[in-house]
Amino acid sequence: MTNSIQRQELSSPRYEYGGDDHVFVELSEEMSFDANFEAQAITQEIRERDLPGIIEVAPANASYLLHFDPGELHPDDLIEELKALREEIDITEYTWEARVIDFPVLYDDPWTHEVMMKFRDRHQDPDSTDLEYSARINGFDSVDEFIDAHSGAPQMVTMVGFVPGLPWTFQMVPREQQIEVPKYVQPRTETPGRAVGYGGAFTATYPVKGAGGYQLFGRTPVEVLDVDQELPDFQDSMVLPNPGDILNYRRIDREEYDAIREEVEAGTYEYNIGTIDFRPEEFFEDPQGYNERITEVLD
Amino acid sequence: MIEVLEPGLSTTVQDTGRYGHYHIGMPPSGAMDQYAHTVANYVVGNDEDAATLEMTYAGPDLKFQEDAVVAATGADMEPKRNGEPIPMWTAVQVEAGDVLSFEFATEGVRSYLSVAGGIDVPEVMESRSTYTLIGIGGHEGRDLEEGDELPVGSANGNATVGAAVDDGHVPDYANNDTISVVMGLCDYRLTDEGREEFLGTQWKISDEADRVGCRLTGPDIEGMFEEREQPFGAGPDPTNVVDLGYPVGSIQMAGQPIILMRDAVTGGGYATVGTVTSIDRDMLAQARTHNEITFEAVDVEEALEARASQDEQLELIRATFLE
Repeated sequence: MTNSIQRQELSSPRYEYGGDDHVFVELSEEMSFDANFEAQAITQEIRERDLPGIIEVAPANASYLLHFDPGELHPDDLIEELKALREEIDITEYTWEARVIDFPVLYDDPWTHEVMMKFRDRHQDPDSTDLEYSARINGFDSVDEFIDAHSGAPQMVTMVGFVPGLPWTFQMVPREQQIEVPKYVQPRTETPGRAVGYGGAFTATYPVKGAGGYQLFGRTPVEVLDVDQELPDFQDSMVLPNPGDILNYRRIDREEYDAIREEVEAGTYEYNIGTIDFRPEEFFEDPQGYNERITEVLD
Repeated sequence: MIEVLEPGLSTTVQDTGRYGHYHIGMPPSGAMDQYAHTVANYVVGNDEDAATLEMTYAGPDLKFQEDAVVAATGADMEPKRNGEPIPMWTAVQVEAGDVLSFEFATEGVRSYLSVAGGIDVPEVMESRSTYTLIGIGGHEGRDLEEGDELPVGSANGNATVGAAVDDGHVPDYANNDTISVVMGLCDYRLTDEGREEFLGTQWKISDEADRVGCRLTGPDIEGMFEEREQPFGAGPDPTNVVDLGYPVGSIQMAGQPIILMRDAVTGGGYATVGTVTSIDRDMLAQARTHNEITFEAVDVEEALEARASQDEQLELIRATFLE
């Protein structure tokens, strides 16, 4: 087992037109911290340059998407600019103050269980639960061990989207330790709000109920979206997670779930949040040691 | 103030959209047919970003509590003032106490009603557009209901009652079955034959066609995809990709093709294979459930030219109504 994060060469990014008013850049077909940190660094630079005609700048896991006004900017000129920008970016020099957020999860909860049973016909393995199936195909002997692995190392927010506030997180471990599962064969038309799911190599928390294709692992009592901005941690934005934040999934029991939920509904819950100056190079070298430092910033 | 007597099938307040928040997962919302929305505003002397009412298939009955100049554009829902037909694409005077009523559209899907001064609901993140999924914008973040009251902004006095849009600028909604698409995004995932089949198919618009997406039905799509060893993080299904951002108008291959519309998800893990041009997104907003459409691949220069030509047309219309 390796103890460091293998660096990935992003050899051939793809620059694609999205109709006449979007440019989509796929830095890599596969997920890696290299691809994600580059997407974050480039999009941050684009924002700072404040190019005329740019309407939306949206970083994603291993890609990014720009929406622009074609009356002001020709997509080919934009693509030239993006290629030049890429030459200037060195992600090991790209550091940021990362928030570390304690993220309680009731795994194998009754609500997502009920929903998943309604949609077995859209699943690869209708005879197992999503957790049983995911544990098995990832080589775990039991669901319990699998949950330990999922909650055993922190995860970085590598994308926010799908619906407002939904974080995609990527576990901060070497690739061979990462969990990988398929999405549903056909997306469900229903997912409970605050469901914690997994698809590809990502954990996602659904902010509101709706459609979804991720394997369902549990439910969190805390919110990632607070439209009315009532909870104290949502004062500046209706959305909790930002790319570059670190979520520490923590396994809780029903009693703690109910207690936290009560505080959230009363509008008094305060998230346990610490900060760390995140340095990619130090993380790449010794992820296990770095993760210990990360979890230490939570009281 | 406008009082809603009957809400119609699905009527919402919309403007040009809510921008600048895509990176937190906020889709633009806004009028599905931006052309019809924009023209409706110009006819009554508004800027394009004034909020209009977007009606779907069957329109509402509205009682005006104040005098106003209004215009209906988009799909023809046979608008009536106190039971008497009024023309579409025309500035019409209504008086306090008048009732505007709309019927069922037989061609096209969406009608827009503009009011001089605009529908003056509060802005949320710089837009009045309704986004029902999380309940923001418009009137209480939802479809209109009986008894709702909508405030009207102050008119700028530019409206000329009786002024109408030239017939040449009125789209034909019966004839919108070819949709221009710029292939790209993840279309490298398709085989040559798959791409041909995708473009050669008459896709049927399913019952699941709304402001979120337009789900199509047709042949099996899995076979259109290139076999490959799936990249790390994508998941094993050949249509899966590492979750990425979806442009509005892009075609997501999730079981069947879904064209993502203005309230759509902003990203996900199914391959997208192309993007409907900005102009044809407006046409798609008028394409009815059970209609059949085919995609026509255009290159980006053709798409840009079509867009520029429509922008010119809109500028012409705007200038006409400013005079």
